[in-house]
Amino acid sequence: MLAKWLTQQTVNVVESVDDWKQAIRLCASPLLENNAITPAYIEAIFQLHETIGPYYVLAPGIAMPHARPEQGVNRLGLSMLLVKKGVKFNSSENDPVYLITLLAANDSSSHVDMLTQLAALFAESKDIETIFKAQDREQVLAVINRY
Amino acid sequence: MKIMAVCGSGLGSSFMVEMNTKKVLKKLAIDAEVTHADLASATPDQADLFIMTKDLAASSGIPADKLVVLNNIIDINELEAKLVEHFAKQ
Repeated sequence: MLAKWLTQQTVNVVESVDDWKQAIRLCASPLLENNAITPAYIEAIFQLHETIGPYYVLAPGIAMPHARPEQGVNRLGLSMLLVKKGVKFNSSENDPVYLITLLAANDSSSHVDMLTQLAALFAESKDIETIFKAQDREQVLAVINRY
Repeated sequence: MKIMAVCGSGLGSSFMVEMNTKKVLKKLAIDAEVTHADLASATPDQADLFIMTKDLAASSGIPADKLVVLNNIIDINELEAKLVEHFAKQ
């Protein structure tokens, strides 16, 4: 099911990034290109992060940046970026982050199935470990395709 | 009893916490209404218990006795342990 959203186009792997903002921008770029989101959506995430902290860092090594539908979502979308060397999101317990999953929900219910599958993946520590250590996009997608 | 899962936007991570909370409550045979919301709309009078990440708890304005703070929102075992601990104090 996740393979419908996480594809050759929306999943990327990089060695390192300068900072968390660059990580989010890189992660979001496929969704900007296919018009699922507007640049305002990324700015909304930055602004919320600066106001209340890294609310979307879910677990050790895992971040799921997202804002609200009305803040620049055209349609439901999901993208993923693996940062091999990790990046600090200023999360007290969960830095460094390796896996960034950008969620763009266009209303408050249509993304429920997507989130259910993502939660199942994130809870499977062996599979997450495999993704953290992936060398390329194919290795990430091999895990994703099982969810 | 009302339980509210809270995150920055009210539809991503808070929703995952809501799903896990419902699973834990079912296991513990505790009856409660579980919802999710964004930080701005989570005020102390809206629920009996609020669940959020450590990164949010400081700015939430929710009193400590109505708060369960998670380090890892995916980890259902941490959630269960902290809910059990919370209910034991009631």
